[in-house]
Amino acid sequence: MPDSAVAALDWPAQIYDVLRAFQVRQVAHVPDAGHARLIRLCEADAGMRTVTLTTEEEGIALLTGAHLGGQRGVLLMQSSGVGNTINMLSLVKHCRVPFLTIVTMRGEWGEFNPWQVPMGQATRASLLAQDIVVYDVTEPESVKDTVEAAAKLAFNSVQQVAVTISQRVLGSKSFKD
Amino acid sequence: MANMLDRRAAVKSLLSNRGDMLVLTGLGGTCWDAAAAGDDPLTFYLWGAMGGAAMVGLGLALAQPERRVVVITGDGEFLMGLGALATISAEKPKNLGIVIIDNEHYGETGMQPTHTGRGIDLAKLAAAAGFPATAVATDEASLAKAITVAREAPGPTLSVIKVSVDKHPLVLPPRDGAYLKDRFRGALLGAQSVL
Repeated sequence: MPDSAVAALDWPAQIYDVLRAFQVRQVAHVPDAGHARLIRLCEADAGMRTVTLTTEEEGIALLTGAHLGGQRGVLLMQSSGVGNTINMLSLVKHCRVPFLTIVTMRGEWGEFNPWQVPMGQATRASLLAQDIVVYDVTEPESVKDTVEAAAKLAFNSVQQVAVTISQRVLGSKSFKD
Repeated sequence: MANMLDRRAAVKSLLSNRGDMLVLTGLGGTCWDAAAAGDDPLTFYLWGAMGGAAMVGLGLALAQPERRVVVITGDGEFLMGLGALATISAEKPKNLGIVIIDNEHYGETGMQPTHTGRGIDLAKLAAAAGFPATAVATDEASLAKAITVAREAPGPTLSVIKVSVDKHPLVLPPRDGAYLKDRFRGALLGAQSVL
């Protein structure tokens, strides 16, 4: 696919459409540039409550409360935030709470900032260590199907699922702006 | 004299005639206190997830805006997730009351002192974060007010109940999280809510 076509594929809007189709009501996030457009779309939706967290593990707890109260949610975070969530993931695992998180990657593919690399390289293993199902997306055209499959697994089969979106999709931060 | 309230009696008062209140506990002492006050399907006990109780309360309060949600947790548990003060205050859940059963110690790990006995005032932190109502209970009169704030005042509210370090017999509620979750959802949302 030529670069212009890749750039034209509005995958954040596709994620938003999936979240809306699954009646996601609480959108918890620690912002990431890769999630900026999706966060804006969710904020503009009166049926979604976006909650800005001070740290990612708050989101695991928030979405457990949402589930207790009958609402679905999603946690949007950067890969560095996965490291902050490890113990709190026990909550959704042990209590069998449907859990969907969409993780935008840093330190994984063509990274400029070396400080991002250790956690970026450990993200997948960290999620697997807590027995989270991990789907990796490396191409923009796979985003929609993957998020949809993850949402089905989370909400229909009551699983704990992470979708990671590669820097191959996001582009590496240039540090030239 | 400060720190002389009895935690079991305080939590029993807090939960008496609870109506349709939804209750969450933190791990450790507050879990046993709530169980001792009387088990209820609409009490969800956290046996772990330290630092998460208040945020579980926020998610529940946002999902159930017509119901009062009361989180009962310890000073050590709450201190682990202090950022939640900012997150909760920003969301302004009117139906959320947080109660800190504050014995100024980590009760489950050998009674090491926490920060609250060393000048860290959780009620002042909550007020500074913008909580519209806070209360500190050190005796029976102030306890009654702290309970009213937790159960009725427009939230988010934070009530600190200063209690003694006296040990009580363990009263253990069910500890399987999936069971507690399904029990809670079944009581709140109906049997069809359980997969």
